[in-house]
Amino acid sequence: MDWTFWLEWVLKGFVLCLVLLTGFAYLTYYERRALARMQNRIGPNRAGPQGLLQPIADAVKLFFKEELTPARAYKIVFFLAPIVTVVPSLIIAAVIPWGTSFQLFGRTITLYVADINVGVLYLMSIASIAVYGIVLAGWSSNNKYAMLGGMRSSAQMISYELALGLSFVTAILLANSMRMIDIVNAQSSWWFVVIQPVGALIFWIATLAEVNRAPFDMPEAEQELTAGYHAEYSGMKFALFFMAEYQKMIVICAILATLFFGGYLGPFVDKFWFLGPVYMFAKVFILLFFMIWVRATWPRIRYDRLMSFGWKVLVPLALAVVFITATGILLAQELNNQLYFWAIPFVSIVAAGIAVMMIYRELRRKAYERA
Amino acid sequence: MLLEYIAIAVMIAVATLIAFIAIGLGELLGPKKKSEAKSMPYESGMNPYGEGTRRMPVRFYLVAVLFILFDIEVVFFLPWAIVFRQLGIFGLIEMIIFIVILLVGYVYAWKKGALEWE
Repeated sequence: MDWTFWLEWVLKGFVLCLVLLTGFAYLTYYERRALARMQNRIGPNRAGPQGLLQPIADAVKLFFKEELTPARAYKIVFFLAPIVTVVPSLIIAAVIPWGTSFQLFGRTITLYVADINVGVLYLMSIASIAVYGIVLAGWSSNNKYAMLGGMRSSAQMISYELALGLSFVTAILLANSMRMIDIVNAQSSWWFVVIQPVGALIFWIATLAEVNRAPFDMPEAEQELTAGYHAEYSGMKFALFFMAEYQKMIVICAILATLFFGGYLGPFVDKFWFLGPVYMFAKVFILLFFMIWVRATWPRIRYDRLMSFGWKVLVPLALAVVFITATGILLAQELNNQLYFWAIPFVSIVAAGIAVMMIYRELRRKAYERA
Repeated sequence: MLLEYIAIAVMIAVATLIAFIAIGLGELLGPKKKSEAKSMPYESGMNPYGEGTRRMPVRFYLVAVLFILFDIEVVFFLPWAIVFRQLGIFGLIEMIIFIVILLVGYVYAWKKGALEWE
């Protein structure tokens, strides 16, 4: 082990962090423009051509804002909470493969920071750590709104983490490995979203709750909690929370692309290495658009319904999906008949349909009871 | 394989450094005009009363306890998901028995109203 290893790691980590930071800045711009278009407005278009310099202007403005610490806050925790929130959102990207590898100065440079054999477990554990920053921020602010926002946020995140973990399991079942590279390569013939569309959908819904996005943005419900857990934060500390949230969006879209949408795979990717990141960015871009679209379309759902949806619908459905997938693969293997394997998507969609029907009937019954 | 974890450790250091630099720059460049009103807890303009961290509904605690139970279940799924092709039908049935035992607890919690938010 020589110094070039260290140089490579530091450079890769730094470049990945920079990519995520730039991605965060331009995601805010992308979201504002897309939302504006959907609401028949134009959106930011003054700073630079087409408003492209708007994120930089925002960043400069935030640097020159005053940092306030409330007199009654728990100072050390208050200072550390944004850091605890932002670091997991950056390092979770370490295991995501953005492409294959290329040659530079006689060295093979891989397009991922780390290739660990428990990649999915790493993703799950880092996603869990992200809760700490938020709950610590809410608690250390010593503010009623922030406290409630932090509690709500943590309860919601841990509830949806179960469904998230189970949909990770469906991807592992299909790929037969926890390494991210193996999962991508297992999708060279069929993307997992074709074989297990319900698993991908559960993953997507659970991640919306995990990153506190609309329609699950109860922790930040403006009308009742003003801003939620970061009500007392200002200046760069607030920016770090904002950064963490948007970086989590990017990273989670990247994970979804890797697990279910074929990752960096695409036509000619084995011939030209630079196509890998291009395909990955294109997929992330499209998935991010869906997240923004959801925000523009659906109203926030009530907190009790949010929790019952997570616990009473998503967890049993995700369990069913895991067992449908496992049974299909095993039957196809034992009886040597691929028909069982291709029954997986249809049976899963039927299970999801039953779940939707049960929600519908329950809601209708509730409406009668109120009337 | 261990080298890869050092790469992650390096990345954690880089990310922490970036976070500290961002906060440091903000502290350095921003104005510092403290006042009584600014350092009060924000309560929509009303005079704040009482502590900010007060007693919370017990449901949050219940959710946390249930989460630990079911998250461990998910973690048990992971090793099985890797080797279930070798274990075959036997492993699948074993897993179903494990889940049925857990589901009994799940149904109990549901019927007791631990999952309800009025």
